[in-house]
Amino acid sequence: MAVVGGRTQWEIGGQCPEETRLVRAPAGVRGFDPADMTIRVGAGTPVEELDAALAEAGQRANLPVSPGATVGGVLAVGRDDLHALGRGRLRDALLEVVYVGDDGRLVTAGGPTVKNVSGFDLCRLLAGSLGTLGLLGEVILRTWPRPAAQQWLAGPCDPVELRRSMYWPSSILWDGEITWVHLEGHESDVKSEAELARSLGCEPTDGPPPLPAYRVPTGALEAGQPTGSYLVQIGTGMAYVSEPRPIPGPGPAVVTLHQRLKSEFDPRGRLNPGRDPLAA
Amino acid sequence: MKFRKADPLMRDLRRVLPSDRVRVAPLERSIMGRDASIFEGGRAGPVCFPISTEEVQGCVDAARRHGRAVVPRGAGTGLAGGAVPLEEPVVVVATKMNRLLSVDADQRVAWVQPGMINLDLSRALAPYGLHYAPDPSSQQVCSLGGNVGTNAGGPHCLALGVTSAHVLAAEVVLMSGESVVLGDADGWTPGLDLRGAYVGSEGMLGITTAIAVRLTRNPPAVETLLLAFDSVDAAAQTVSAVIADGIVPAAIEMMDKNIIWAVENFVGAGFPTDAAAVVIVEVDGLPGGVAAEADRVAELAVERGGSVRRATDDEERALIWKGRKSAFGAIAQIKPNYYLHDTVVPRTRLAEVMNQVYEIVDEHDLQVMNVFHAGDGNLHPLLLYDAREPGIMERVHAAGSAIIEASLAVGGVLSGEHGIGIEKRDFMPLMFSEADLDAQARLRRAFDPEEMANPGKVLPTGASCAEVNALGKVPEGVWG
Repeated sequence: MAVVGGRTQWEIGGQCPEETRLVRAPAGVRGFDPADMTIRVGAGTPVEELDAALAEAGQRANLPVSPGATVGGVLAVGRDDLHALGRGRLRDALLEVVYVGDDGRLVTAGGPTVKNVSGFDLCRLLAGSLGTLGLLGEVILRTWPRPAAQQWLAGPCDPVELRRSMYWPSSILWDGEITWVHLEGHESDVKSEAELARSLGCEPTDGPPPLPAYRVPTGALEAGQPTGSYLVQIGTGMAYVSEPRPIPGPGPAVVTLHQRLKSEFDPRGRLNPGRDPLAA
Repeated sequence: MKFRKADPLMRDLRRVLPSDRVRVAPLERSIMGRDASIFEGGRAGPVCFPISTEEVQGCVDAARRHGRAVVPRGAGTGLAGGAVPLEEPVVVVATKMNRLLSVDADQRVAWVQPGMINLDLSRALAPYGLHYAPDPSSQQVCSLGGNVGTNAGGPHCLALGVTSAHVLAAEVVLMSGESVVLGDADGWTPGLDLRGAYVGSEGMLGITTAIAVRLTRNPPAVETLLLAFDSVDAAAQTVSAVIADGIVPAAIEMMDKNIIWAVENFVGAGFPTDAAAVVIVEVDGLPGGVAAEADRVAELAVERGGSVRRATDDEERALIWKGRKSAFGAIAQIKPNYYLHDTVVPRTRLAEVMNQVYEIVDEHDLQVMNVFHAGDGNLHPLLLYDAREPGIMERVHAAGSAIIEASLAVGGVLSGEHGIGIEKRDFMPLMFSEADLDAQARLRRAFDPEEMANPGKVLPTGASCAEVNALGKVPEGVWG
C-alpha cells in the first residue's frame, strides 16, 4: 500500500510494484488560528492551497511550494527547497503527524505546540521516510511571518566570502563560477544587504538558476571527477548535479539501523514497498 | 550491593579504564544516584569516567557481558530524573570528555565532546563572532551531551528552535558496542533522519561521544525591552499580540510578581517591584527590522496598559538577563525547596492557563512563582515548599498533576524542554494512546533491542508490545 500525493516526486527512492494499492490522504485545512502560528491540514492538501490559506494571514510554512505537490508528499520525500540556509530545514516544520501504521492503527507523533519534547521525536524520523514507516494522514505545521521584501542577486563572487559578509541570507547557490544569493526580511535590511552583495560583484536577478536533476551530498562532489554541471546549496550539505554520480555509501551500522527501523515499524513490508530512504 | 575488585563486572571495567576512572565508593555512587530533579531512590552501579569513544565502547561491552544496563550521564542537571540510575546500572559519565574538538567558522560547524559545558562553547566561539544558540537557564553548568539527550531549549530558542535544529551530527555508541555517526556535519546525508530521532531520546538509544553543532552568527543589532504590567492577563495578552502581529522575537520571557520581587531583592536588576508581571522581549537581526519590531512590540504593550523600558546598552541588557537567569537561585530566600514544572500550551491560551495555575496552587495551599518562555507557550510554574513540612509532597505532586492536566486540556503537551525521564513517564498515557506509545517503543527497540540503555525512563511500563526485558523493570520505591 502506498499513499499517492501529486506525483511530483513519485520516482524518488525507487518505484512501487504495479500491484501496490494506492490511496490518497485526506485534504483540506482542518484548523488555523493565525495567532498561534500553527496550522492543521490533511496530508493530501496541495501545498499551493496551504500557501494561499497562510498568505491571507501574512504567514507561510517552510515547505517548497511546487505546483501539484501535496503537503504529505513533500514531507514524506523530505527535500528542502533552496531556502534551507536561512529558513531552516523542512523536517523542522513538522510539529505533529497522525499516520496510519502497518497494522492499520492511527498513530499520533509529536504534539500541537511549537515546542515539545514529550517522548521520542518520531516527527523527524517520519519526515523524509518516503512513507515507509507510516502513511501520513494529517499534520500540524509551524508557520512563519511572510517577509516584507525579498531579492535575488547573482554574480561572479566567492560564495564563502559572500556568506562571511552577509548576516542571514536565505539562500546561497554556486555553480563553480556564478553565485546566487537570496535576501528576505525588512525592506531597509534587504536593501542594505543587497548593497553589500553588489559591492562583492552581484547584481539583481529574477530568480535562481534551473536545478540540475540529481541531488547529492556535497561530499560526493568533492570526491568524484566533475562531469556535467552542478549547483551547490551553500551551508546545507546539498548539491545538485546534471549527471548521476556515485555517492559514498553509508556505514554498515547506519544500514543496519535503517533495516531494523523498517522491520519494527513495518515488519511485513506493506508500506510503500520498493522505496528506500537511503536511495532518495 | 557492594562492588569488590574481584567482582567480574569490575574486573572487566578495569580492563577498559584505569582504576581511578571506575569508581565504586558509596559517596560517589550516591551522588550519581541523583540528578537535579526531586527524585530519590536511584542506585548507581560502577561509575565510569571514559575519555574516549573506545573507552565508552569498552564500558558498554563490559556491561553487556554481565547483563547490566548502562545509564549515560552528562552534568546531572536534568530536572526530569532522566539520569537517575535504577537497579545499579553501569553509569557512564561524560564529564571527562569535555573538549572542543574543532571549529570551522566558514562552514559554521564545531565538533564538541559531550561533557563540554554549554556556555563554555559559546565563550570559545566569541572570537569568531559566532555562538551556539540553545541557552538553557542552566547553561553555566549543563553539558552539551545532556542537551542532546533532552533536546534542551532555552530563552533564545523561540526564533531559532531547540537543540535538534542545532545538531548536525552525533557520534553515538550503540548498545551493540558499535560506534556510528548519525547525520552529517556538512548538513545532509541520504536516508532516514536518524540524527533527529536520536536527539531528545534521553539516553535510551545510545551514548553520545561527539556532537557536530551548527553555529549561529552573532546578530549585528539587538534590542531588549522590559515591559511591565498591572496584571498577568495584560502581560499574557501582549505576548499573544506580539506573535499574532507576525513578529518572531529572539526571546519572550515572562515573570510574575513573586519572582520579580525575589529576583530584585537578590540581584537588583532594576525590575519594577510594583508590577504584577514583566515581559522581557529581545529582538535581534539587521538594524532596520530590529528597530521596526522593537517599536511595534512597545506599541502593543502600551495599548495593553504596559510600561516600556528599553536597554540602552549591553550592560543594561546583561543586567536584565541576569535578573531572568538568576530566578531559580533567588527562590531560596523564600522556601528551601522548589519543584519546577514544564508544560507547553498553545500561545493563544496562555492567559487562561496561567489563571488556572494560580487557582490550582491556591486550592492546594502552596506558593507559586512563574518565570517562563512565554513566546512559545512554555510554562514553568515553580511550586515552593519546605520538604520538612509533613504531608507537603502529596500536595506538591497533586498540584503538579493538576497543572499538567490543565495544560493538556487546552491542547498542550507534557514537556517543552526538560523531557519525560521518570517524572512524567506515567503521565505519557494522558497525551498518547497505546498505539502512539507502541510506536515510540518500536524506535527504542530498533536502536536497542535489549532495552539496555537507560531503562525505565520515558515509556510507561507496558508501552512495548514486545516482551519486557528484565533490564526494563523499575524497582518499587523510586519515587522519593
